[in-house]
Amino acid sequence: MAAFESLTDKLQSIFRNLKGKGKLSEKDVKAALREVRLALLEADVNYKIVRDFIKKIQEKAIGQEVFESLTPAQQVIKIVNNELSELMGGTQSKIEMAQDPPTIILMAGLQGSGKTTTAGKLAKNFKSSGRSPLLVAGDVYRPAAIKQLQVVGERVGVPVFNMGTAKTPPEIALASIGHAKSNNNDVILIDTAGRLHIDEDLMEELQEIKKVVGPHEILLVVDAMTGQDAVNVAKAFNDELGITGVVLTKLDGDARGGAALSVRAVTGRPIKYVGLGEKLDALEVFHPDRMASRILGMGDVLTLIEKAQQRFDEDKARELEKKIREKKFNLDDFMDQLREFRSMGPIEDLMGMVPGMGQMKNLQMDERDLIKIEAIIQSMTREERENPEIFNSSRKRRVSRGSGTKVQDVNRLLRQFTQIQKMMHKFGSAAGGKKAKRMRLPNLGFPPFQ
Amino acid sequence: MVGLFGRLKKGLAKTKASLINNLQGLVRGRKLDDEFYEELEDILIQADMGIDTVMEMVEEIKEEARVKKIGESEEIFPIVQEKIEEILLEQGGGLNWAEEGPTIIMVVGVNGVGKTTSIAKLAYQFKKEGKKVLLAAADTFRAAAIDQLELWAQHAGVQIIKHQEGADPAAVTYDAVKAAVSRDVDVLMVDTAGRFHNRKNLMEEVGKIKRVIDRELPNAPHEILLVLDATTGQNAVSQARSFNEMLDLTGIVLAKLDGTAKGGIVVSISKELNIPVKYIGLGEGMEDLQKFDSREFVEALFEEASRGEDDEG
Repeated sequence: MAAFESLTDKLQSIFRNLKGKGKLSEKDVKAALREVRLALLEADVNYKIVRDFIKKIQEKAIGQEVFESLTPAQQVIKIVNNELSELMGGTQSKIEMAQDPPTIILMAGLQGSGKTTTAGKLAKNFKSSGRSPLLVAGDVYRPAAIKQLQVVGERVGVPVFNMGTAKTPPEIALASIGHAKSNNNDVILIDTAGRLHIDEDLMEELQEIKKVVGPHEILLVVDAMTGQDAVNVAKAFNDELGITGVVLTKLDGDARGGAALSVRAVTGRPIKYVGLGEKLDALEVFHPDRMASRILGMGDVLTLIEKAQQRFDEDKARELEKKIREKKFNLDDFMDQLREFRSMGPIEDLMGMVPGMGQMKNLQMDERDLIKIEAIIQSMTREERENPEIFNSSRKRRVSRGSGTKVQDVNRLLRQFTQIQKMMHKFGSAAGGKKAKRMRLPNLGFPPFQ
Repeated sequence: MVGLFGRLKKGLAKTKASLINNLQGLVRGRKLDDEFYEELEDILIQADMGIDTVMEMVEEIKEEARVKKIGESEEIFPIVQEKIEEILLEQGGGLNWAEEGPTIIMVVGVNGVGKTTSIAKLAYQFKKEGKKVLLAAADTFRAAAIDQLELWAQHAGVQIIKHQEGADPAAVTYDAVKAAVSRDVDVLMVDTAGRFHNRKNLMEEVGKIKRVIDRELPNAPHEILLVLDATTGQNAVSQARSFNEMLDLTGIVLAKLDGTAKGGIVVSISKELNIPVKYIGLGEGMEDLQKFDSREFVEALFEEASRGEDDEG
């Protein structure tokens, strides 16, 4: 099976002979949904959920008019994508804050799902929004778990309450409330030991903690790589504890994250946050539409774009926009763009966010390529950067010597720049003045070379 | 050995319950149509057996049913069993031990799979076998990882080489290899930080650790074990593939296999990657990380099943 062939491509080939038919027939839809089924199963969506989902889509899709602007494949993808997003619930579910502080948040999950790291990230979020969180070390089993939380607490500048390993987790949780009140902490984050959902003793312990502290939120931390068992895990924790939300971690990996759909479907609870790495600021709001694309194997390009936008300096953006409108985009601007792109993180990490991309050899891009391009541009004179048309062979030779590259490299860069410039200017005239936001996307999506 | 086999059966109870019982339920008096085969696919997929493996297996089963003119759905069960056994029984082999000098085992994997815990259990077992064990705390990144390994080392009564948090893991490894030789230990286990296989720079870092070992001690590391979390789905294959490209893995430790119904992942890894599964984790206890014996595994998986059928009769 061609693992990296996207679902869109597969559907396109199924629908190739469909032009002009106008409506989606049962046969076409069935053929398409076989591919959708595989895509979902490959993404680890639970097979039962896949079955129900496919049935539902089939009913919706058969007989639908194919919109003029879309191909039948796109039409099916659109239906599937909408339905998936809807299944995964609304975006921006925030943590419910207690009217009478402290707000108590209980973290639960399997071993290694990322509870402690997530607790640290949440604590940091609360702190930067002006609250005074307290982390509570409720994992008394795993060696050095308390120490880990202490280190995390130190990194985010949030105090950690612990009573060593002599007291039971419910005792520790209860005591932390008094501690929080006397220290004016308005949010309590209780870290607990990882446990198997079938471990009755440990599940009882969680229920006991819940009983004694009465948490406002019980967050289930789920590893995005979880396979078919995600439904059982989520169901067990929800049945035993009544979770209020889910945090989906390790989305910085290349797993497609079908667990998101499974967990949502069996618990009906919202996914409140997603975790994108061990750095303590990498906790982000969950976007169902993006998750849907990712699950379908179409990449999480939107997150990439957002990441780009966050880093982008607004003033610079306006200036750039003006330049594009006036058709004055030059090599200096190009370099700025590259630098912005690089400042988003190592290029390999960004590429890695696109499922499948990491393994595609011909697309592997190196930090070194970007450094080379910078070196070339920096070896140009100001005049050359502003008017690349003036490049002749002696100028090219000089620049290649200055930057320690080959003349071919300089040529390639100039060629790529010309293409980009053309595209930008086209956008500039097409978009007019107002659609600045949309204009930023094409140049920031990916650098123009491979 | 009875105890170990008992544990194996207990650890696989969930897999058995879902995979085997579902299969038995499926094959009862059914017509062999598309729907039947699709359900068969679902059952195998449910055990995280891997889409490619499952699709291929079901195609083969279909073909066999056609050639042998099988009409009864009940006759499909033994074919499925045969297919699974075929794949698993190609597996085998224990650890590669150095002919002389220390045996060096490098342990790698993505975050949270159970590397450090697996090392602790292996250290305990090696020590019990009378071996002199040394651990290297080369996870200098995760908060308190060094402390965690140190506590385990104390618990198992083995020595540890460590630097401070944030130190260069290659430097820790270098010191550990030197120490392993000078202290004449039997086995050195190198704990590395969890890293995602799609992070090029982190993968290069782990490549460097391997090179350091190889440079200091020819023919080492003798084992490079990838720890996989059995609850992981399709991504496990992708992890194994990437780590294998960078490091040439010698084996897999499948942690947390108990408590999930996902024993099927062993099949998919064996089939798609041809990397031997060397250990499986079946519980929290120190003895619960067991040498993987494919024959016993197959036996534990199917043995009771055939009996169970009669009981239900």
